[in-house]
Amino acid sequence: MNNFPTFEEVTLPHISAAYNLARWLTRNDHDAQDVVQEAYLRALKFFGGFRGGDGRAWLLKIVRNTCYTWLQRNRNGVGSTVSEEELEHVESAMPHPEALFLKKINRELLTRAMEELSLEFREVLILRELEDLSYKQISESLDIPMGTVMSRLARARSRLQERLRGCLSPEA
Amino acid sequence: MTCQQTQELLHGYIDGELDLVNNLNLERHFEQCENCTVEYNNQLALRTLFKEHAQYFDAPEILKKRIQKTVAIANEIEPRRKGLTQNWWRIAAAALILFLSALLIWTVVADRARPQTNGLLAQEVVSSHVRSLMVDHLADVLSSDQHTVKPWFEGKVDFAPVVKDLSPEGFPLFGGRLDYVDNRSVAALVYQRHKHYINLFIWPASNSSDQVNHESTQQGFKVICWTASGTDYCAVSDVSDADLQEFVRLIRN
Repeated sequence: MNNFPTFEEVTLPHISAAYNLARWLTRNDHDAQDVVQEAYLRALKFFGGFRGGDGRAWLLKIVRNTCYTWLQRNRNGVGSTVSEEELEHVESAMPHPEALFLKKINRELLTRAMEELSLEFREVLILRELEDLSYKQISESLDIPMGTVMSRLARARSRLQERLRGCLSPEA
Repeated sequence: MTCQQTQELLHGYIDGELDLVNNLNLERHFEQCENCTVEYNNQLALRTLFKEHAQYFDAPEILKKRIQKTVAIANEIEPRRKGLTQNWWRIAAAALILFLSALLIWTVVADRARPQTNGLLAQEVVSSHVRSLMVDHLADVLSSDQHTVKPWFEGKVDFAPVVKDLSPEGFPLFGGRLDYVDNRSVAALVYQRHKHYINLFIWPASNSSDQVNHESTQQGFKVICWTASGTDYCAVSDVSDADLQEFVRLIRN
């Protein structure tokens, strides 16, 4: 018979994934802890709707939504959401090799550049690069179509490169 | 494949999300397009940078503990109400299994209380029957007279077995024997049917209510057990089924 996992089995292995995402989105430890705590309470409430499958993607979706509500409530829109359209023009420049330039980037600079990104770019990068989620899992977590995942990742990366360049060059 | 198409699919390629055909198309394009190759390498470098430097924030221990506690408390206060309604069929299945387990346990326990339905007991009496034939130790008291056999058991077992003479019906008494079945001393009466022997084991029942015949076959021997008047009986023989049933009927009357 189908042995349905318990709430603990589904969610407790992913506390760090939840915290990592919340920490990157809220940008500080204290808020991240509050968000994760609240997200788990929400997850408990919604567990009846969990249809099996990927527990981490399911939990991260709740964490992410909790973050958004929390940021709206507590920061009144300081979450710096830059609309995606604004960035469309950025991408067409001729590419230059960047491997050498990127070698100068350290953890601190990367963190700063990441924190300057809009929430929607930051979250998609965290899910892809740090959680190694597939496009399908990301589309579940962010509630966006599969096709949008790739284009959003493309823009997020290009935006990040831009920020990194800005971090290194004094005139930016 | 054009450069624009390549740029669109580049990230799917890096993330290993493209199908085989698109993968091959992209690789073919990289071979002939420097710009796209540069862009591809830039993306790879960015990825490496991320892997090397991006911080993964592990949850603090205190948070882990707090969440485990929260979940435990929440489970106590509201024991999976949502789960109950949404997953009613799982609950039903669990209840069914619980019920069946209880039934099984009850049956096994009841079986123990009623030795005549116990397969192990049938096995035991068959072994006794076979042993009694093998070692030529059918009877301790050789007599076809019930009034000789019955008193012989006095002082040897703590009950008085009923000894019937069934000679007129074609089951002459052969004798009596002490035996050991179901962890206790029992009376074994030996009857004859033509050239065959029937061992009838008798001992006080642990469960005093009467039980109907329980028939089984072990190693080719027919076993019929029942409980009557607070006494357990098991008849074992290699006579025909009909003969043994007739024998049991006569004993029970």
